[in-house]
Amino acid sequence: MPALWIQKARIIDPANRRDAVGDLFIEGGRVVASLSTAARKRARKIDARGLVACPGLVDIHVHFREPGQTHKETIATGSRAAAAGGFTTVVCMPNTSPPADNAGTIQFIKDAAQRDAVVKVLPTGCITVGMKGQALAPIGSLRRAGVVAITDDGDCVQSNELMRRALEYARMFDLPVMDHCQDASMTQGAVMNEGVVSTRLGLRGWPNAAEDLIVSRNAILSEYSGAHVHMQHISSRFSVEILRHAKSRGVRVTAEATPHHLALTDDLLSTYDTHLKMNPPLRTEADRQALIAGLRDGTIDCIATDHAPHTDYEKDKEFDFAPNGILGLETALPVSLEVLFRKNRFSLSRVVDLLTRRPADVLRLPAGRLTPGVPADVCLFDPDEKWRYDARAGQSKSSNSPWHGQTLRGRVRLTLVDGKVVHEAPASA
Amino acid sequence: MPWTRRHLLTIEELSLAEIDQIHATAAAFKKILGRNVKKVPALRGKTIVNLFLEPSTRTRMAFDMAAKRLSADVISLDGASSSTTKGETLRDTAQNIQALNADLIVLRHAASGSPLYLSRILNIPVVNAGDGAHEHPTQGLLDTFTMRERLGDLRGRKVTILGDILFSRVARSNIHALTKMGAAVTLCGPSTLVPGWFTDLGVTVSHDLKSALADAEVVMLLRIQHERQSAGHFPSLGEYTSMFGLNKTRASWLHPKAIIMHPGPINRGVEIDSDLADGERSVILEQVTNGIAVRMAVLYLCFGGQPESVAVVD
Repeated sequence: MPALWIQKARIIDPANRRDAVGDLFIEGGRVVASLSTAARKRARKIDARGLVACPGLVDIHVHFREPGQTHKETIATGSRAAAAGGFTTVVCMPNTSPPADNAGTIQFIKDAAQRDAVVKVLPTGCITVGMKGQALAPIGSLRRAGVVAITDDGDCVQSNELMRRALEYARMFDLPVMDHCQDASMTQGAVMNEGVVSTRLGLRGWPNAAEDLIVSRNAILSEYSGAHVHMQHISSRFSVEILRHAKSRGVRVTAEATPHHLALTDDLLSTYDTHLKMNPPLRTEADRQALIAGLRDGTIDCIATDHAPHTDYEKDKEFDFAPNGILGLETALPVSLEVLFRKNRFSLSRVVDLLTRRPADVLRLPAGRLTPGVPADVCLFDPDEKWRYDARAGQSKSSNSPWHGQTLRGRVRLTLVDGKVVHEAPASA
Repeated sequence: MPWTRRHLLTIEELSLAEIDQIHATAAAFKKILGRNVKKVPALRGKTIVNLFLEPSTRTRMAFDMAAKRLSADVISLDGASSSTTKGETLRDTAQNIQALNADLIVLRHAASGSPLYLSRILNIPVVNAGDGAHEHPTQGLLDTFTMRERLGDLRGRKVTILGDILFSRVARSNIHALTKMGAAVTLCGPSTLVPGWFTDLGVTVSHDLKSALADAEVVMLLRIQHERQSAGHFPSLGEYTSMFGLNKTRASWLHPKAIIMHPGPINRGVEIDSDLADGERSVILEQVTNGIAVRMAVLYLCFGGQPESVAVVD
C-alpha cells in the first residue's frame, strides 16, 4: 500500500493540541511524522486545501441490529454509514435479537465485524440477562469476550439493588457501565416529552423527572461503588445540573448528548412526524440550551448519535405505534457543526474534540488522536460545503432521518481506517 | 368566503369564520330535521365509511344518521370486525377502503394524530371522529352550536369544563372552539387530571370548584376515562365525587341561567348527580340531537358543498 500524503489540510487534533494548516503523512496504515524522500515520490497525494483533517470520529452509541434485526441494519451497512459520516470507531449497543448477554453473541458480532465492517465496530454486552433487569449477565465472560462496556440500553435497570451490584461487580474489571436513564414506572405508554406540547397534541408524556431520577440514582451509586457510570443520551436540563454537581464532587460519571437533542425540540411534533419520535424524546428549548451549556463546560463529555435504524414500513404508522429512534451517523458532523460551531460559537477544534478524543476517552478506547504511530483513522471534511442529504441514497439500510431532504453544511470528503480509504464523497458540484 | 377544506381534522386549525360557517350550515340542516321528510339528496351516490377503531355509541350513530339524512350510502366498520385485529396496518386498511370506492372516511382511533396521518395518505376526505386524547372536532362543534343556541354570542361568557381534562379530546376541541369564539374558559378538576400546561391554550386552570363554578353560564362535565389512565391519578371514584362531582348544592353556585352539558357517556352519581342530568338545566340530549345537524354540515362541506346553498339542496 503506497503512503498517503495529505497536503495543506487544517489539521485538528485536540489530543495533541494541534490546530494548524499542514501536511499529514500515513504509511503502513499508521500516522507518521514524515515520509522519506523516496516514499514521498510514490505517495498518493491528496490536495486538502480548505479541508479539515482530524482523527476519525468516534461514536460510542449505535444500533447495528445484528444479529436478529438485519432488515433494519447490518454491521456491514451500519459500518458504511459510519464511514460516510466520518466515523472510524463505533460502539454498538447489545439490544440485538437475541440480546448480547453472553460471550457467544459477542463472538458472533466480532466475527461479523471482522468480516463485514469497514470501520472498527466494538461490542457492548448487557448488564442483565436478556436485558430483563432481573439477574446479572455473565459480565466477566462478556469482558473476556471483548466488550468495551456493559449496558441495557433501551431498558434501564429499574432495581436500585441490582444496579448497585452490577456497578460493584463491573468495578472489579474497571468496566464502564452505560445507562439509558429512564424510570419506567413514570413513562408507561409515553411517546414524547411531557409538557405544553404533549398536552396540546394529546400524546402521552415522558417527564424529565423520569430521567433526572435515574441520573441521580446512578450518581449516588457510582459514588457508593466507585464504578464508572456513563449516562447515555442526556436530554433534561436538571440532569445536566445533577451531573455537574456529581462531577464537582469527583464522582466517576460521564455523559453524552445526541445531535438531535442538541438541534431539535418537541414543538416540532405538531405534524406527528414519526421521524421525530425517539427515546428519550425531544425536549424543550430550555433543555436544549442546558445540553449545549453542559457540552461547553464539560459536564457532558461527548456527542454520540444513538443511530437507531428502522424501516420505512415500521416508522410509517400512527405516532403511538411507531418505534423509537432515528439515524444519526451520516448527519452527526454537519448537525453538530451547525448547532455548536455556527450557532453557539464553539471552536471547530472543540466540536472535533467532542466527536473524537472525548468519546474515545469515556470508554478508554485507543482512538480519536493523530499521534504519530497510531493507526491512521482519519476524517477529512469540508466544514463549509453545503449538500442535500438524501436518507434513501445514504449508506444505512434504513432512511428514518428527520434531516432527509434537507441541505446540510459540512461534508465528509474522505474517511480512512488504518490508512485505507473507506469512504470518499463524490466530487462537489 | 367559500368553504375550501376537504378534511376536518381538528378545531385548532379552523378559523372562527369556518366555525361560523359550519354552525350556519348546521342550523339550516337542523330545520330539515324538524320536517316530516327528514332526508335530502345532497350526497346521493356518495359512499361514506365509518371506520371506528375504538368503541363509540353516540358519535357513530350520529354520523350514521347524518350520512343517511344526506342520502349517502354508509358502511360502518369497527375495530373488532376489521382486519386490524389480524395485524393489518391503518394505512393498508384505509387504502383498501379507498380502493373499494369509498368517497369519505370518518375515523375514530385511539392514537392521537391518526386522522392527520390518514389525510396525508388518502385522496379522499377524512373526518376526525375522535383521535386519542387529541381532538374530537365534531363534538366541539356541536357543543358550541348548542351553547350558541341557548346563550347567543359567547364572547366574554364563562364556560367551565369540569373533570378528566388530561385524557379528554372533547375538552381540547371545546377549548379551541371556545377560545376562538371569545368565551372565558375555566378548566377544573383534580390537579393530576388538569395540569397547568393547559393555560398555554389560553384558558384558566383551577382546582377550586366553588370559584370555577361561580357565575359560569355553562358547565361541561367530562367522564373519568378509566380506559386511558394507567393508575393513581386520583384516589377513588368516591373521593372524586366528593371533591368534584356536580350536585344540587354546587350547581347553585352557577349563574342562575346556566346550562349543564355532558358529551356522554354519563356515569350517573360519579361526575354528575342523576337528577341534575335529567333536570331542566341539562341540555345533554339536545347536544345529541344537534350532533346530527352538525355532522350533516361537516359531511356536506367536506364533499364540497357551500354553506349558502344548503337551503336549496332539496
